[in-house]
Amino acid sequence: MAGEAIQYVAKNMRLDLRLIAEMIPEGARMLDIGCGDGALMAHLAAEKRVDARGIEIDMGEATEAVAQGLAVIHGDADNDLAFYPDGAFDYVVLSRTLQAVEKPREVLRQMLRIGRHAIVSFPNFGHWEVRLKLLFGGRMPDTETWSRPWYETPNIHPCTITDFFALAELDSYVIERWLAVDERGLKAPWRRSVWLANLFGQQALFQLRRK
Amino acid sequence: MDEISPFPEVQHQRALLPEGLALDCGAVIRPLSVAYRSYGTLNAAKTNAILVCHALTGDQYVAERQPVTGKDGWWEAIIGPGKPVDTDRYFVICANVLGGCMGSTGPREEMTDENGVGLGRPWGTDFPVVTIRDMVRAQKKLIEHLGIDRLLAVIGGSMGGMQVLQWAATFPDSVFAAAPIAAAAHHSAQNIAFHEVGRAAIHSDPDWKGGRYWEDGRIPAQGLSVARMVAHITYLSEAALTRKFGRRLQGASALTFLEDVFQVESYLRHQGSTFVRRFDANSYLTITRAMDYFDLANEHGSVAAAFRDTPTRFFVASFSSDWLFPTTESRALVRALNAAAARVSFVEITTDKGHDAFLLDEPEFHRALGGFLTGAAAALKI
Repeated sequence: MAGEAIQYVAKNMRLDLRLIAEMIPEGARMLDIGCGDGALMAHLAAEKRVDARGIEIDMGEATEAVAQGLAVIHGDADNDLAFYPDGAFDYVVLSRTLQAVEKPREVLRQMLRIGRHAIVSFPNFGHWEVRLKLLFGGRMPDTETWSRPWYETPNIHPCTITDFFALAELDSYVIERWLAVDERGLKAPWRRSVWLANLFGQQALFQLRRK
Repeated sequence: MDEISPFPEVQHQRALLPEGLALDCGAVIRPLSVAYRSYGTLNAAKTNAILVCHALTGDQYVAERQPVTGKDGWWEAIIGPGKPVDTDRYFVICANVLGGCMGSTGPREEMTDENGVGLGRPWGTDFPVVTIRDMVRAQKKLIEHLGIDRLLAVIGGSMGGMQVLQWAATFPDSVFAAAPIAAAAHHSAQNIAFHEVGRAAIHSDPDWKGGRYWEDGRIPAQGLSVARMVAHITYLSEAALTRKFGRRLQGASALTFLEDVFQVESYLRHQGSTFVRRFDANSYLTITRAMDYFDLANEHGSVAAAFRDTPTRFFVASFSSDWLFPTTESRALVRALNAAAARVSFVEITTDKGHDAFLLDEPEFHRALGGFLTGAAAALKI
């Protein structure tokens, strides 16, 4: 497993989106929360006949996605998930947004009500660079991953990989798979040791379901 | 205002349907005449037809010169060769609504009995109450008459959007894509109130004559003009009025306290006086009532129930300064569609042009609509 190369399914897509795309099977029904301009949706619809729907909080991006013919609505994770029926989707995706929503625990709960599986990616606040900058610099970390100043960042709920494992335990979610990668996806992902992943992984990716 | 006579009769293209239509109110209209226009070419498989539904004071001349006013088609902004609703690719149909005054069966047309025999006088106020669903059923008959089983799309704004929703709820297998623009699942109390002011103005006109104004060859011009003025205010936004007119005076630079006229007053008077030269008062009453009666939730239990298991895909758009059909109504519609697990796209376009924005130059809206239609056509491999 350690020697496995990451398969690049679409060269220009963001790394974590490429990884997520691999996790979703042919013909699945998917909701992409925070879908941006719909790159992941468009890719999956074209390559894997996925029935993809999206929610995007930025009106400009939502309009762009709609102009591409995608089923995207302007909305947000905190307020709009409640309106979807139970089990409406096979996979509900929340990529790099969990740390920016108002109520992450509630959002996860809704995701696993409306979908059989949830796929969540987030930046890992436990990365060694973050720890070092806080420990020695005494300041909120300014890294490639955490680049917005504390007074402007939308990332109001940062967490570490270990934190996320603890939340899944608390709310009785089954972690079906997980991995951690560096920002540019140049190295093989961390999959075996949570402790090592928490230290060296910059972006974390989890697939969950309810017990 | 000078005496105004009814606007002239014009020969409209129509489909005459002898079997007529049974209405929600119980009356039967026979025969049924549906005036319409079409643009583009229907493909061999008859799969590329798009129906456009007009709003309260619109008509079927959506992409060509209107024969009574000489003005451009009301939605030429989006319909034409190479435009978002591309007449080079799609067969675009627009029909005058049942109850209208541009050639479809309505208060200006000859009244008939239930056997279809003409009675030698117009329907006038004896025209039965019609609903948005009746209008849609009449359009369905037109579509069948043209040999089309399923429309690629139904598109409409305002009352046109109500018709789009009614189409998707009543004939789900006949609509592949639905685009209700600046619309709502029902008319709000405030909207009904504004319509009532307009109707009251018409009823108070000295030439109203209980609706039988046509007997003298006159029209309730002042009342209808006032109705149009108040309605027109609801189609704009305060920001747009300020931008276009502000407090500027018409033809003067300072107040004289003698017959001062503000530019906005002059504009409204113009809107009113041109309107009465092209629209019938009884039609106005009939159609405003139909809008007030429209309530999808009431028909089906809830809006989500109306669209349960719908095969139709939706594009919902609203405009930020539209206070007649505000974004909250579109968002509620989107949430109901989500609850019905329908495939939805939704955007709110930022503009200061108010409810009228859907008719005007709004590039983001046009791109989004065009993309939605292209996606729909691609899904059907048209």
